Amino acid sequence: MAEVALQPHGVGATQAGRKRPSLRKTLKRKSTAAFLMTLPLIILIGLLVLYPAFYSLHLATLNKSMQRFIGLGNFEFLFKRETFWLVVKQSCIFAISAVLFKALIGFIVAHFVHNIPAKGQRKWRGMLLVPWVIPPAMSTLAWLWLFDPSYSAFNYTLSFFGIGPIAWTGDADWARFSVILVNVWYGAPFFMIMYLASLKSVPEQLYEAAAIDGANWWQRIWYVTLPMMRNIIAITTLFSLIVTFANFDIVRILTAGGPLDHTHIFATWAFRIGIEGSDIPLGASVSLFMVPILAIAAVFILRDVNKRGNEA
Amino acid sequence: MSTATIDKAAPTRTVKYGSMSRDRTWALRWSYFFLTLFAIFSLVPPIYMLITSLKSSAEISAATNPWWVFHPTLENYIGLLTSNQFLRFFWNSALVSIFVVTLTMLISVPAAFALARMRFWGSATLATGVFLTYLIPDSLLFIPLFKVFAMFGDWTGIQLINRWYVLLLIYPTLTVPFCTWIMIGYFASIPKELDEAAIIDGASWFQTLTRIFIPVAMPGIIAATIFAFTVSWAQFLYPLVFTTSTDQLVLPVGIITTLIKGDVFNWGQIMTGALLGAAPPLIIYAFLMDYYIAGLTAGATKG
Repeated sequence: MAEVALQPHGVGATQAGRKRPSLRKTLKRKSTAAFLMTLPLIILIGLLVLYPAFYSLHLATLNKSMQRFIGLGNFEFLFKRETFWLVVKQSCIFAISAVLFKALIGFIVAHFVHNIPAKGQRKWRGMLLVPWVIPPAMSTLAWLWLFDPSYSAFNYTLSFFGIGPIAWTGDADWARFSVILVNVWYGAPFFMIMYLASLKSVPEQLYEAAAIDGANWWQRIWYVTLPMMRNIIAITTLFSLIVTFANFDIVRILTAGGPLDHTHIFATWAFRIGIEGSDIPLGASVSLFMVPILAIAAVFILRDVNKRGNEA
Repeated sequence: MSTATIDKAAPTRTVKYGSMSRDRTWALRWSYFFLTLFAIFSLVPPIYMLITSLKSSAEISAATNPWWVFHPTLENYIGLLTSNQFLRFFWNSALVSIFVVTLTMLISVPAAFALARMRFWGSATLATGVFLTYLIPDSLLFIPLFKVFAMFGDWTGIQLINRWYVLLLIYPTLTVPFCTWIMIGYFASIPKELDEAAIIDGASWFQTLTRIFIPVAMPGIIAATIFAFTVSWAQFLYPLVFTTSTDQLVLPVGIITTLIKGDVFNWGQIMTGALLGAAPPLIIYAFLMDYYIAGLTAGATKG
């Protein structure tokens, strides 16, 4: 502010004469200043994101001791292994069903929160968002304890209904279910918040018009709410698809891929092979298989984000 | 819905009004009923953490009703908060998070300002690139990054692997892109007249940023800070890969690798540790919920 106050002395005297060069100077300064301001960002992304990303392409073509170039040998090896196809299948089941249930539960809960008087909404929203706030590594520990083979609190409760002890993390199918359940528990609040924000932006007049036309609640959701929320549903789902597909914490802590690799997904299997099995090139090849799905999702997200930008 | 019913049976208007409000009450009751169910579903794990953390090992292994504490005790809390190892994890986590938040804001606020206001060659591409970087997950980069840091250690003799400060270099790759992205959104929503006025008054670009943009976009900065803190506090994969010695571990990895010893699970202490690890984000959330939610929704809604 001091400069602003001082300025009139200097500028006032030679205002007309100085205008042109000082403008050019500002422009010149502007681009240099802008470049300097973004330089740390560019260095960070270049050195610690782009370089490793391309480096992993190179890594994937080396043999285990990383001394010999073997071309696509790692990929050939993976395609022949049964575990690899199991991981592919599980990753897809895991990501698709988890995202589907997260989106569905988020949608339903957002409607319930939207339904109740505005005064109480804050409290409910606050409670329902707690799963998203707790670090997933910490909350998965609580789930691990809830699923404990001998002390499971769920089995204790279910035994009153005559339902026999369930091997939550011991049986392959139940383990897959448990992993998905924890992921849904963790991720649904995010959908709920996003949908709630977008529900609030749907103009009330549209519902009134639909009601006058005799639309029932289902028609109002189908013809008013869903089209108005289409964009946000698409973006949220794609975001969540990326995050869920690349998930590591939950599977790692809950089952560590077991029983017998039946819950491994790309990230946990890549960790098992690359870090624990110290076959870095093979681990890098495994994680590279996430790229196509991530790229497709990213392209769609980008398209939607740009579209929203243009509309605004 | 209710209006439609009224139209059909106009003569019995008063009765229909009654049914309309009855419909509404029932819809409300159902809403509350299901919300309660979902709230229970959401809160069971954290509440169960709390219940277990108050039990002694003897009570846990006695397998009494798991949902109730018969002899509440603080021995787990006392045990952990007097253990140097656990305090070390907590300290490492706090140190890493605070440094990462500072670094993130120092990098992303000027960059977002430049990208939102000072159009220069390639700025639009760079903004899109920042957004794409945000979509690259940690599980794609941990293996090449591990190798890159191992090579760096071989070339320069500076050993970064298994040092807690290596996380200061890695975490910003997770926090900076998102924070830059939401700050671009916040800065872009500030009216152009404001900075034009400042420039005309003779303020430099740097002054425009510190005197006008940062104060005006304070809610966005708080939201970005909260985001950066939660991400660095909760990150699990990178510290698991990059740190192994017990004195270098951060909280989530520390709890999992040291409290789980082989097949012996000391669940009372594990749950206490998990609860203490979840406490900082929960406390921030409790006090700054609106900023937290603003940050959450801004990522996808700010175009």
